[in-house]
Amino acid sequence: MSQSPEPKAPAAKAQVKSGSHLERMFAAGHFAVTGEVGPPKSCSSKSIREHSAAMRDSVDGINLTDNQTAIVRLSSIAAAVHVMAEGCEPIIQMTCRDRNRIAIQSDLLGAYSLGVRNVLCLSGDHQCFGNHPQAKNVYDLDSIQLIRAVRDLRDENLFVSGEKCRFNPKFYIGAAANPFADPFEFRALRLAKKVAAGADFIQTQAVYDVERFAEWLRLTGDMGLHPRVKIMAGLVPAKSAKALRYVSTVPGMRVPDDMIRRMEAAEDQEAEGIKICVETIQQVRELPGVAGVHIMAIAWEKVVPEIVSLAGLLPRPKLESAGGGNAAAGA
Amino acid sequence: MIVADQKPLEEIYAYLEGTRRVLIVGCRECVTVCQAGGEKEVGLLAAALRLKRQAGGEEPLETVEDCVQRQCDAEYVEPLKEAAAGVDLVISMACGVGVQYLAQYLTDTWVVPALNTRFGGGSVEQGVWEERCGFCGDCQLDRTGGICPVARCSKSLFNGPCGGSYDGKCEVDESIDCGWQLIFDRLKALDRLALLAEIQPAKDWRTSRDGGPRRVVREDLRI
Amino acid sequence: MRQVSSEVFEPTIVAYCCYYCGLTAADLAGAMRLEYPANVRVVEVPCSGKIDPRVILGAFEGGADGVYVVGCLEGDCYFIEGNTRAAKRVTRLKALLDQIGVGGERLAMYNVYCSMGPKFAAIAREMTERIRALGPSPLRRGAAAAAGGGGGDGSAGTGEGSAQS
Repeated sequence: MSQSPEPKAPAAKAQVKSGSHLERMFAAGHFAVTGEVGPPKSCSSKSIREHSAAMRDSVDGINLTDNQTAIVRLSSIAAAVHVMAEGCEPIIQMTCRDRNRIAIQSDLLGAYSLGVRNVLCLSGDHQCFGNHPQAKNVYDLDSIQLIRAVRDLRDENLFVSGEKCRFNPKFYIGAAANPFADPFEFRALRLAKKVAAGADFIQTQAVYDVERFAEWLRLTGDMGLHPRVKIMAGLVPAKSAKALRYVSTVPGMRVPDDMIRRMEAAEDQEAEGIKICVETIQQVRELPGVAGVHIMAIAWEKVVPEIVSLAGLLPRPKLESAGGGNAAAGA
Repeated sequence: MIVADQKPLEEIYAYLEGTRRVLIVGCRECVTVCQAGGEKEVGLLAAALRLKRQAGGEEPLETVEDCVQRQCDAEYVEPLKEAAAGVDLVISMACGVGVQYLAQYLTDTWVVPALNTRFGGGSVEQGVWEERCGFCGDCQLDRTGGICPVARCSKSLFNGPCGGSYDGKCEVDESIDCGWQLIFDRLKALDRLALLAEIQPAKDWRTSRDGGPRRVVREDLRI
Repeated sequence: MRQVSSEVFEPTIVAYCCYYCGLTAADLAGAMRLEYPANVRVVEVPCSGKIDPRVILGAFEGGADGVYVVGCLEGDCYFIEGNTRAAKRVTRLKALLDQIGVGGERLAMYNVYCSMGPKFAAIAREMTERIRALGPSPLRRGAAAAAGGGGGDGSAGTGEGSAQS
């Protein structure tokens, strides 16, 4: 009797869900780097394009925030189009604060049709922080239900209502994690829930306290989460000691005292801030479970190439493209 | 209970323009408990309005005071018709429900609210009341140890806290407890943390206000 | 409205004094033959904490130009917390009197010990002078204006149901 040999499935391809550049970087085993751009409080795409162009060769993807801190800004999806025009890969952010499930799914379909392949799912800062505190908030879904909705569209071909979607969007799904917030015991469980709901990658809140971050990684590792999700350590380079001191007062942020002292003692605080950021990258790279870094250089986007370079992460690896270049444009 | 508090006097006073005789009606239930619209408050508001008119050198105001068992039942509201016939304005010191009942049954008189109805909640300590119920119409308190994520989480999250929970407090205001911290603590104390690991699916908001004005019918009670 | 002469304004003042410290101090002032203005009418209450805002508004409505409450010294209330409650109520009522247009400065609260006869008299003098400087209550002026100088019930609304329990 003859047995036809089983066709060998190309391993990497089978695991790729969205085909996004970021996903393929992880799949190829590379330590990934992402940056971030906050769209302007205007309808001008100029700053988005400039920042994207400046970061193009230093990062594998660029986050576009979604009305961050509930301040009205050019939308994340529209910003993503401008990012793609500059030849970069966007990661749109989507919050639950401003949209119900109808708008969410509609935006997902639209974003995918425009070429977006990565989405970071967030609850969203409460509107009291922003410039329109009088607004009604939505929160029809929470971030975990949102992750599941994106996952169900991709893997089950289903809308939240249970109906089938004809041409379903296949996103690479991200979520946020704050290893420094309370209740600490719950943080690992919350990550587990996000992974169970369908999160493929995680970007954390800014890491200054590497020890505490490592503790969280241990907890999440013990839960068996590290192989299932790609964790990217968040970093925010501090421009001055004053800035760092301010960050240390923000609830939930943890900044070691000696780091502040070090900044204060430095002659060139900007340079010191860059140095600290680079050192942090080097430290977290050694920690088990860390698959990349997410650099949020707020109002200092131009420093990203320097940081990435000093951290020894340049040049960014090139991949055999599915569609050519860094951009995963086109449906 | 329904918790309400009084509108600023200026706002209530503005209703009085052109009136000579007003009826002020209180309610003996919720608003008496939260000391916003009970008999005492009716007397105080009536006096305050009369005196304000007088101090302003304006037309004197005559006030008629009353307080009914509750304003959300026709049987207590209908007897007010007679008193309402003789006044230019009725000021209800009940919650928004009561105001609407007065407006519905006192068909020929203008009815205005003296209170801002705030929320469904209870006493925390004397003089302090807090919101507790989200009136979602599909109570899931069995899953959260008796703490409502709709009402006590600022974002009505269902799967645990957001990243803005610090020291057991909500990012919106440090006086607000993080609802999910409370849920976590309670479930932990009663050894039911497993409930938190379950993913709560998207809520069906049709039973909430989102589905339109709601109604409950008990056929067995209808005559 | 009591007036000694038509040139000098003689305010009408009501003092709600708690039975324990306030009234005893008042009695002592009397026993010591201390003089204090006859403008002040003393009304006994079992405890300053019994004060109902409706009663105070009623006093203003009835013609008082000023009102004050006398309770026990802080920490010494015969009923433990009565004077604390009274103080909070008075604070709230002062704000209300501002909104009404009568003026919160026409209402005050004092704390005395039962043996403080001289203090009681001093308070009476102080309040009388304060109110005298403020002039007649706006309610009187208002009533006169509304009545257009004529008679009649300028000050209508005798506060039905404002009798406190």
